Amino acid sequence: MATLPIESQRTSQIRMTLNGEEVDVSFAPYKTLLEILREDLGHTGTKHGCELGECGACAVLLDGKPVLSCLVLALECDGRQILTVEGLRSDGSLHPLQDAFADLGAAQCGYCTPAILVTAKALLDQNPHPNRDQIREAISGNLCRCTGYLQIFEAVEAATLKIAEQKQTAT
Amino acid sequence: MPKHKDLLALPDRDSQVNSQDLRVIGIARRRVDARAKVTGQTRFADDIFLPRMAHCKLLRSPHPHARIRKIDVTRALAHPGVYLVLTGKDLPIQYGILPVSQDEQALCLDHVRHVGDPVAAVIAREELTAFEALDLINVDYEILTTISDPEEALTTPEPRIHDYGEEGNIHKRVALEFGDVKQSFAEADEIFEDTFFYQGSTHLPIEQHASVAIKDPEGKLTIWSSTQTPHYLHRALAKVLEMPAAHIRVIATPNGGGFGGKSDPFNHEIVVARAALLLDRPVKICLTREEVFYCHRGRHPILMKFKTGVKKDGTITGMHLQTLIDGGAYGSYGVASTFYAGALQTTTYHVPRYRYEGCRTFTNKPPCGPKRGHGTVQPRFGQEVQLDKIAEKLNLDPADLRLRISESSNSITANFFRLGTVNLNECIRRVVKSSGWKEKFRKLPKGRGVGLACSAYLTGAGLPIYWNKMPHSGVQLKFDRSGGVSIFCGATEIGQGSDDVLAGIVAEALGIDPFDIRLFTGDTDLGPVDLGSYSSRVTLMAGNAALQAAERGKVMIAEAVAEKLEVPKERLHFAEKRVFDSMAPEKGVAFQEAVCLAEARFGTIGTVGSYTPPKSPALYKGGGVGPSPTYSYTAAVVEVIVNSVTGWITVPKIWIAHDIGRALNPPLVRGQVEGSVYMGLGEALMEEQEFRRLPKKLSHALVHKFPSMLEYKSPTSLDMPEVFTELVEEPDPRGPFGAKEVGQGPLLPIMPAVANAVYDAVGVRIDEVPITPEKIMKALAEKKAGREPRYGPSHFPHVNWPEALRVQPPWEGGDGNAVNEAPRRARPRTEKEKVLTP
Repeated sequence: MATLPIESQRTSQIRMTLNGEEVDVSFAPYKTLLEILREDLGHTGTKHGCELGECGACAVLLDGKPVLSCLVLALECDGRQILTVEGLRSDGSLHPLQDAFADLGAAQCGYCTPAILVTAKALLDQNPHPNRDQIREAISGNLCRCTGYLQIFEAVEAATLKIAEQKQTAT
Repeated sequence: MPKHKDLLALPDRDSQVNSQDLRVIGIARRRVDARAKVTGQTRFADDIFLPRMAHCKLLRSPHPHARIRKIDVTRALAHPGVYLVLTGKDLPIQYGILPVSQDEQALCLDHVRHVGDPVAAVIAREELTAFEALDLINVDYEILTTISDPEEALTTPEPRIHDYGEEGNIHKRVALEFGDVKQSFAEADEIFEDTFFYQGSTHLPIEQHASVAIKDPEGKLTIWSSTQTPHYLHRALAKVLEMPAAHIRVIATPNGGGFGGKSDPFNHEIVVARAALLLDRPVKICLTREEVFYCHRGRHPILMKFKTGVKKDGTITGMHLQTLIDGGAYGSYGVASTFYAGALQTTTYHVPRYRYEGCRTFTNKPPCGPKRGHGTVQPRFGQEVQLDKIAEKLNLDPADLRLRISESSNSITANFFRLGTVNLNECIRRVVKSSGWKEKFRKLPKGRGVGLACSAYLTGAGLPIYWNKMPHSGVQLKFDRSGGVSIFCGATEIGQGSDDVLAGIVAEALGIDPFDIRLFTGDTDLGPVDLGSYSSRVTLMAGNAALQAAERGKVMIAEAVAEKLEVPKERLHFAEKRVFDSMAPEKGVAFQEAVCLAEARFGTIGTVGSYTPPKSPALYKGGGVGPSPTYSYTAAVVEVIVNSVTGWITVPKIWIAHDIGRALNPPLVRGQVEGSVYMGLGEALMEEQEFRRLPKKLSHALVHKFPSMLEYKSPTSLDMPEVFTELVEEPDPRGPFGAKEVGQGPLLPIMPAVANAVYDAVGVRIDEVPITPEKIMKALAEKKAGREPRYGPSHFPHVNWPEALRVQPPWEGGDGNAVNEAPRRARPRTEKEKVLTP
């Protein structure tokens, strides 16, 4: 058993891109990505419900793909891109997914919400027009105890339309 | 005039039910706290990080039942980075949520009662250090016989799990009789006797319980905690820490889901509070998922026996319900749960005579308590499945039968509960229509079926948990020169939208935007007491208090504006951030200016409102559980597909109609309905808090079968069926703008509707929850063998019931007191009653 104070175990250091910003962080080598995000980098938007990879509440995007940050060693993240709920907003306004979740009752207690938002973003990045079954499949690893999921499906669908509209206006 | 009619008198509160001109209420809108939730900025308890913060871990008993001979913490205390180790002797004062069950200790002093009962706490600089030090504590246990279920508890009076309660390991027995039930059976054309079992399940909030305590700069205690009931935690802390309550501040952080699981004062909350005071530094604890399973307080497993007498047309002549309740290791809300399990049978269908006997036993498992639908879910399952059997035997359509026997608005039940608006029939008609019931019931191809069930639920418990005459909810409003309004209230946001309810009501009353309002809620220092987020009480109780405070503010503002505009104040209207003459809308002032006028006229503008439920006519002992200002009603139809080879059940669609009075913010209401459907479906099909004994050669200990989210199955997004939700809106004058509850009622019909649908699909009765493929296969095998096509309990064990308290129903001359009990307390009577009641 380790008996050294944890502070002196901060022997690992990585540089990664967190929500578009390069950050350096040093930490004890046993720490998970979830732990360094919340404890060492002050990004508490990412939640946890089990720390065993069962609930999906800690999902973040690692190089654009959803991962359970409680199962990823922080040491594996050197030089990689991390996106958390804090990085969804841009230019001071909410991401269409955030707007839709807020307007359509897709966030009740809000605890599973950050992970579902980034998971949905990964889906839409890859497949801009998912059908409901694809949405169901994409978030099937994220447990939500409040909503019964239906308003979440609807919010993702509404965001899909809005993103398509925005793209059309941009072009 | 029959005496009971007088008991129906409406409470003399004046609620606003006028639906014209509503600009906020009833209109779909973004909830006020939505932005925080979708940006990850909602600050849950574990998101709090403070300078010098230490971390706490609890050492928990590996044994289900044992005496503690000795605890040695020397090595743990010497471990580098450990600041403090606490044991039972540091926090010996007992506490518990109910005054009658003060049976918990923050750390067990000499007796552990379930696997997971905490015996010591380590507080260290790092969480990992605290965790390591747990291994360095030596506990010498003397193993005791384990009681695994209520039948064992009945036959094993020794060793006692607690040294209080009725006798042996029986915690509580109740017996109540409303009219001569024996005679009602003699008058019946048919008698139905059925036994059901409802397995326990747990809340499974995604947020694990967490708390942070500090000794504040003044030397007082502040604790942030994921609690649904900051006021009750406040009282428990004052008791156990022996501190003046005025020196304790409890802040309920937004809960990441509660569902009843964060309604008790918890040992970990008391431990971090004591540790913070001793160490004079912040102390945090966050439970692991496994520990959350040990905290539990979830659905009680209940064995039930229903005996119901009916006439040929389906009219109920009388009902006798017996329950045997598995309480787990502590009292928790259990005495209330025991009464609740018998309370609401009379609120949906007219039951003229009713007898209830309930028995809660202690067992060596995590304590059971309130989970969504508290105590009423299990008997509702039995009642609705039995009604399906009754309909079949009498050759009646189950929907038609229910329409015929349902309760009506403003009536009183055999057990003296005063009902508010009752739109159960409209709910039934809606789901019958939307689901195509008439074309489907008994007509779908084999393997496919539909089932219908109904329910009622409280809109707030009529009595507080500890006896007092004070309001159940209080609200203070501050009107600012900026035109902003601040709401101060103890109400607790657990995801249901309590903050939004308060903001919506105040915004509507004052004609402003909900986003012009700031909320300070769930904080015992800042806001007046609200009893907490339980029993579906917040919308009606805190909502009415907020409405009263807003109306009082309006009076002052109107007076000042009337002077300025020189129009009669009665003509002033508050809308669209203006106060104006309703006869000449162009004549008016901005709301901000109106507040300034009022402040100039009266001084600082602050108002208060409070709400106390109407007195209940149920005066007998036990009549305090079940009364509510009004009840919600729900009907649901579930369609299932059952594979007769594998027993696998698929639910393609659910139709549900809920009598809500008025939907204050429709998407939130729909979310509560669908969330209830989801949770009910989980209980119906898969969720169980199950235990098993380790092999004899190990310890034979009773352990949780699967304290993890992977093994405790709950529905995922792939399991959720399509749900068609309809809201029945007839405003109830008792609720703010007519609103009734929605957070719990819609869960109740789902489980029985699934069971009834399974019967329609494959012709077997599963009289037990959860309804699993294994049970269906067993019942199908019975059917094939020519035996009763059923899976479920076959007997109800003998219980020594006490003599029932006998209360004559209102229509048999009863006055709400038991005839064989001394009158308990005088109820303030109205003038009219004084004349009518001798």
